[in-house]
Amino acid sequence: MAEVSHEPVNVAGSLRYRLTLTLIGGAAALAILLFVVVRGYATQIAQQGQDSILKASVTSILDAAILRDGVVEVDFPYAALLMLSTDSDDRVFYAIYQDETLLSGYGALPRATTGASGGAAHRTARFDDATIRMATASRTLVGADTRTVITVAVAQTQDAMQVTLARISRNVGLYGLVFFLLSVLLSFWATTTTIRPLQRLTDSITRRGPKDLSPVASPVPVEMASLVASLNRFMARLDTSLRQSEDFIAEAAHRVRTPLATVRSHAEATLQRVDRDENRQALRSMIRAIDESSRAAGQLLDHAMITFRADHLERSEVDLVDLLRDLVLRFAPVAEMKDIELDIDGDARVVVAGDSILLQNGIRNLLDNALKYSPVESRIAIRVTSAPAPTIEIRDQGPGFPKNNMDALIARFSRGDNAKGIIGSGLGLTIANDVALVHGGKLTLSNHPGGGACVIFSL
Amino acid sequence: MKFLLIEDNDELANAICARMQFDGHVIDHASRIQDAFAYEETGEYDLILLDIMLPDGDGRTFLKRHRAGNKDTPVIVLTARSQVSDRISMLDLGADDYVTKPFDHEELQARCRAVLRRKAGAAQTTTRLGNVAFDPVAGSLTIDGQVISLRNRELRLLELLINAPGQIFPKHKLFDRLFSYDEDVSENAIEVYIGRLRKHLEPSDLRITTLRGLGYRLDHG
Repeated sequence: MAEVSHEPVNVAGSLRYRLTLTLIGGAAALAILLFVVVRGYATQIAQQGQDSILKASVTSILDAAILRDGVVEVDFPYAALLMLSTDSDDRVFYAIYQDETLLSGYGALPRATTGASGGAAHRTARFDDATIRMATASRTLVGADTRTVITVAVAQTQDAMQVTLARISRNVGLYGLVFFLLSVLLSFWATTTTIRPLQRLTDSITRRGPKDLSPVASPVPVEMASLVASLNRFMARLDTSLRQSEDFIAEAAHRVRTPLATVRSHAEATLQRVDRDENRQALRSMIRAIDESSRAAGQLLDHAMITFRADHLERSEVDLVDLLRDLVLRFAPVAEMKDIELDIDGDARVVVAGDSILLQNGIRNLLDNALKYSPVESRIAIRVTSAPAPTIEIRDQGPGFPKNNMDALIARFSRGDNAKGIIGSGLGLTIANDVALVHGGKLTLSNHPGGGACVIFSL
Repeated sequence: MKFLLIEDNDELANAICARMQFDGHVIDHASRIQDAFAYEETGEYDLILLDIMLPDGDGRTFLKRHRAGNKDTPVIVLTARSQVSDRISMLDLGADDYVTKPFDHEELQARCRAVLRRKAGAAQTTTRLGNVAFDPVAGSLTIDGQVISLRNRELRLLELLINAPGQIFPKHKLFDRLFSYDEDVSENAIEVYIGRLRKHLEPSDLRITTLRGLGYRLDHG
């Protein structure tokens, strides 16, 4: 698994929340609107129903009015009131006027101006502590020599209608709520589906190995196409420049090291033929300088590589014991030249999750150091243990670290006071320390009481 | 021993060849992969030294073909790169070891010996002189059938002397071969190793003679 170090990102808001809130807010507004509209419409229809019954009632009373010998007679049809009966026992009021005089009924009933003849006027009013709905209509009766206007008003309380409306409101409210809840679910779903391509893109980029700079190939929605296109272009540029710098480093190393190798080989060969002491000294210091510069170049490149890789650790299971065995095998011929014994002991297997190339590089530098400072015919003891933490201890029989400023040795380009005459660029401990640090471990330097330097590389 | 050097830089190749011949080895030089295959067809080599960047291809191509052809001549890669991953890929491809340029000639020799030792029996390198049999690759000294173990520096010292019995080796010449350039010791340190070697050789009919002011010489009989 690749570990990504997070640069702080300037975060403002969340697409997911914004989208969810917008959708939920919209659904709530729509639910309320639905409730208001449906309820208003229901009220209107219920009102129209009551109005038409009231109108029918008024009309039937008017129809029953006749003018006999100048006297108005109303044979009150009971059906006219019967049709107004409801389950809620609504009260019914009526009033009959001839011109402006009350013939029968409730004189206190508010009067309404009647519309054109034949049409009924409807109004809502307060009467006897109740809200009533009334219909008023007039009819002109024409006798032999008289004309008179009969006005009939019929009113009814609205209890039944309120009950109906309450029931409708409750149902509409319930539907509105269900509609709202469904919309909330839908909005979560919609948000997740919308965000998913973004998530997928993020995942596919996060999962990549540090060296994978290939373009994003998986399909993306059209809205993200230009973003991904820019990303691809950016990665292509990065890839090119990385490859160029890697090639450049390899090429530079080749160009520098090959002539150095030529010079060194010639110097060595010449040394075999030269007898005068000052010439020999010059050749020896020349060879030392060549070794120093090639070593410095190598360590600088190693250090650059570690700095580069530290941001993209390629972790895998690494057996430190295996790794050290390989390194010891690799160093054996060099150690043999000084008759130095390299011993490994400790646990049989110490497995850590780490970047094998970095670990190998760091530990190689420690062994290289130990070999450099070890006297002829001595021993380097390597101990690899897994508890309490995976640890590699390397102990030599050399002069040890200078007593003061031991920690400063880890700092870049610092060399011990007793490094006189020994070739090195002073980056070895820094490299090992950096490798330990990027793996969450540390490098501890000490001098063994029995003599010799002791380096503990723990993860 | 017989070496094949595949290296396109003639200057470097000449220096390596000179040094190898100085040590008494036979060495052929090819500067291109094609030439290298031709040499390999006609000659039997104990060891191949291979550069990685060559004009007509990558040294890795050579390695692949070399291994595919079931040839078990060990190969030591001379690389100018320092990338660890590069080294690993080289070992994966069948190189037996590698040295990074510029290299210490003594280290190259030590690596050659180590590689040849791993491929036991690959090369017949035993030198016989009187009742002494000496194999620098195996690092074994046998006197009258009695095996004597030598330290590395004693071994390298004996290898020099036994290859040229009767020749006078100045002190500094032996010193150069035994001590690395960063060792801060005086030339007299060589006397310690001469002393030790003398002791090992006591039962034999070989003698190391000191010639005051001139150096040392290995005498037979």
